[in-house]
Amino acid sequence: MAWRDGKASGKRLLLFMASIILGISAVVSIQSFSNNLKENIGLQSKALMGADFLIDSNQPANERVEELMDSLGGADAKEVNFASMAAFLKNGNTKLVQVRGIDGNFPFYGELETEPASAANSYQELGGALVDATAMLQYNLQPGDSVKLGDITFPIVGSLLTAPGSTAIGATAAPPIIVPFRFMERSGLLQRGSRLEYNYYFKNATIDLKQLDKMVDPMLDAENADMDTHTDTSERLGRRYDNVGRFLNLVAFIALLLGCVGIASSVHIYIKEKLKAVAVLKCLGATRKQTFMIFLLQIAGMGLLGGLIGTVIGLLLQQTFPLILQEFLPFEVEISTSFQAIFVGLSLGVIMSVLFALSPLINTWFVSPLQVLRVQEDTGKKSRPYQLWVMLTIILFVFWFAYWLLGRWTFAAGFVLGILVTFSILGLVSIGFMRLIKRYFPKSWSFAARQSLLNLFRPNNQTVVLILAIGIGTFLISTLYFTKDFLLAKTAFETNEQSPNLILFDVQTDQRNEVANTITPKGLPLIDNIPIVTMRLERIKDRSVNDIRLDTTTRVNKWILNHEFRTTYRDSMIGSEKLLEGEWIERVDPNAKVIPISLANNVANDALVTIGDTLLFNVQGKLMTTVVGNIRQVDWARMQLNFSIVFPQGVLENAPQFHVLTTNAPDKKSSANLQRELVRKFPNVSIIDLRQVVSLIENILDKISWVITFMAFFSILTGIIVLIGSVRNSKYQRIRESVLLRTLGAQSKQILKINALEYLFLGILGSGVGVLLSLLSSFLLAYFVFDTPFVPSYVPFIILLPGITLLVLFIGWFNSRGILKSPPLEVLRKEGS
Amino acid sequence: MTKILNVHNLKKVYTSGSKKLTVLDNISFSIEAGSSFAIVGPSGSGKTTLLGLCAGLDQIDEGTITLCGEDLNGLNEDQRALLRNEKVGFIFQDFQLLPTLTALENVSVPLELQGVKNASKDAKELLDKVGLGSRYDHYPSQLSGGEQQRVALARAFSTKPEILFADEPTGNLDEETGKKVIKLLFDLNKEMGTTLVIVTHDLDLARLNQHVLRLKGGKIVINETTAIS
Repeated sequence: MAWRDGKASGKRLLLFMASIILGISAVVSIQSFSNNLKENIGLQSKALMGADFLIDSNQPANERVEELMDSLGGADAKEVNFASMAAFLKNGNTKLVQVRGIDGNFPFYGELETEPASAANSYQELGGALVDATAMLQYNLQPGDSVKLGDITFPIVGSLLTAPGSTAIGATAAPPIIVPFRFMERSGLLQRGSRLEYNYYFKNATIDLKQLDKMVDPMLDAENADMDTHTDTSERLGRRYDNVGRFLNLVAFIALLLGCVGIASSVHIYIKEKLKAVAVLKCLGATRKQTFMIFLLQIAGMGLLGGLIGTVIGLLLQQTFPLILQEFLPFEVEISTSFQAIFVGLSLGVIMSVLFALSPLINTWFVSPLQVLRVQEDTGKKSRPYQLWVMLTIILFVFWFAYWLLGRWTFAAGFVLGILVTFSILGLVSIGFMRLIKRYFPKSWSFAARQSLLNLFRPNNQTVVLILAIGIGTFLISTLYFTKDFLLAKTAFETNEQSPNLILFDVQTDQRNEVANTITPKGLPLIDNIPIVTMRLERIKDRSVNDIRLDTTTRVNKWILNHEFRTTYRDSMIGSEKLLEGEWIERVDPNAKVIPISLANNVANDALVTIGDTLLFNVQGKLMTTVVGNIRQVDWARMQLNFSIVFPQGVLENAPQFHVLTTNAPDKKSSANLQRELVRKFPNVSIIDLRQVVSLIENILDKISWVITFMAFFSILTGIIVLIGSVRNSKYQRIRESVLLRTLGAQSKQILKINALEYLFLGILGSGVGVLLSLLSSFLLAYFVFDTPFVPSYVPFIILLPGITLLVLFIGWFNSRGILKSPPLEVLRKEGS
Repeated sequence: MTKILNVHNLKKVYTSGSKKLTVLDNISFSIEAGSSFAIVGPSGSGKTTLLGLCAGLDQIDEGTITLCGEDLNGLNEDQRALLRNEKVGFIFQDFQLLPTLTALENVSVPLELQGVKNASKDAKELLDKVGLGSRYDHYPSQLSGGEQQRVALARAFSTKPEILFADEPTGNLDEETGKKVIKLLFDLNKEMGTTLVIVTHDLDLARLNQHVLRLKGGKIVINETTAIS
């Protein structure tokens, strides 16, 4: 019976199914890709590091570290890496790059992929450089050209496609250049102030890494070194991608939920029309269970088929993900079929469609056979308690699924709450808007305009569901644009002459004047000349840093213990700082025993210190006792040099230091000229061009937003399917209305106008509610999370709102074409029969 | 007297799959302006189809229909709609009110389609006339069958049509309500001088008209003038 009835309603059931297909395909594609990614990370774990484990430090291995390494059989390869300026002699261009000086046969696992392939082996022997392939293209370089790093010019022997330890996204900021380690000392780049990282790589496949890590790491910590195993790296990487995967999974799940709301709404209308048939069946002797099962089996079958089709589409879709995400992945992902994802897709299809259809289905249980005679009997009251149970089951299932995805009860509860609040707000706002418009719509407007609006209220309308679906999609995309825009506005820098746009790092004390003399004769201002002194923490209050490291119960953040702080000294605060506690101290006596310093509030929080607490610093060998004199709030996103620790004037003037100079080059040409000259004269000086940084951030945000837009599109598509379903569901009623109007003398264009305006209202309401809510959410994000003023972007208003509205108009109109063509008499005859 | 409707040699064929079904054949009659005219016959005799074709709701296969001086064959769909809007009124067995509109808005629709300003003023007068002055803001679902048909009557007369087609106007009403509606229909017909064409099963109702046309199997079997004429 279920099959026979289903066959008769085939087309409508297919549409219900379409609502679920998109959601399932989104969930399956993300789920399967995440599983593949995890598997790949596990499999390629050694290749990602290039070794079994490594020891890293910000300085060359000291005696104690050397001894430790010797006891492990000695390092099989070593590397020093740092940011530096590279000059490409062929065309005189300069670029901030990541120099990787490598010694030994690194990598032991995976490979350096180069073009030509032989360059990976020959660069050591030839003393050449492997230059990042994108940079080669960007600067039009070929093997045989030269690159100057510091005082040494290297022949380029090949372009570097991939290397263990380099990520594509990192390469966008500072492309890697690999050169032999032996030239590093002579290059003059390993100077004080340069942020160096030394890696010592080990190849030992048989050693117990966990045991080793447990034993060696504390000893290395004491020497400011660290041990990292290939499993650590892959787990860290796995966790990072897992978080992204979970987030995308949730977005996909929202699309599925929207589809299910669409199903519930369509099934509601479908079942309402079937209630008389159910009553007839009951009159003929069918039991409650039998009639209920007829429709339950239909819906479950539809869910299974929808889940199956969605799963197949999802599995195909994930094949495209490596292309979309390649910039974010440090390796090539091999896609295979994830059976877990298939299981999830199929079971979600059945469970979600049955759960969401249960509420309307329950009505068939309570239909009295009497309704054959009296159709108006109200079944709602009897079924109400059961409806509440269904609602609770849905919420519990969504909560359980979110928990399964997120792994934490609190996050899952937050997600369910967030969904309930967002859906409720969108639903309430849509209902409120509709009522307001209905009430205050100008009576003087044309008949077509008023009639089209009233059509949104026709019996069995799905207006609220449609607004919800279109609204959620628009909300996601437009929140994304607003957020991206204010983040970019935050990173954008002032364009006036007194705001620096070129920052020169690693300027040695004796180079200070010469560098300044290179800048000022060109008519460019020397805006800042900031001294920087590096130091590490030795004691926090009365406990040594080593002691705190060994204390597993400590809440002091670990980075504080291992960080090499770059501090400065000055007598006043700068624009990005605000005093929160204590007093600003301008200058202290050079012989003061305890020096009052200023801490950024995040450092004070992470180190668990407050005003009056003592901190002992190791300033490159000399111990210096300080006391927290004040705590500052720092706007780290402001494009200027900010410091977590600031000393007063008077004590650090004679400490070993280097300098950061800033200037403002009015245009790209003068900036490039200055950079070329500086790199030529002072090869050790690194230059950050803020113009490039801003376009880099823009680039990264663009890529992230692409991925999120892709996901949000699923919910828009679901909205469109619900829209098509709704137009089809009400098609007969629409035909009846339009025929009646034509019988009463309406012209084709009047009816067309009424139809078009109805979809226009729907599109404007849906996308309008979405954009308005996203304004609110973006404002809250800006205010509470990013602590930045919110200036709304115009993009959602001029592109998204009309774009989505036109899409809804087109889809609605396309699906209503048949309405105009139906001859009036045919409909009147049907009515009469 | 002037003929407001002239039907000559009308033929209508419906195609269902490969089968052709002739629903009306060789129909000829005419109706004088201001008169009342009933079409009767058993189910399936082609009454409603004839009414629809006379009102220009579908294309004919053979013959001619001249309505209010216009040959319907020579008009396209929009021109026919315009003619209906200006000169024709309709009443249906199942009322055919727009469910999203109030009684007042339903009556205003034909006037609004004509672009009449202050349509609601005229509509209110008509609703008062059919005894629904207190029901302006009620939706069809809030009205009884008889009240809905009275709204339909007010709507039909709102544009002061030259001719009014009524398809089984009492078919869905109880006897007493039916009589009230019919009285109202004929009162308005007299007051406004509108020609009335009624399709009905009810022979008593048919006899109230000046002319009766009896159909059987798509053909005219009787075309007579009744005693009251």
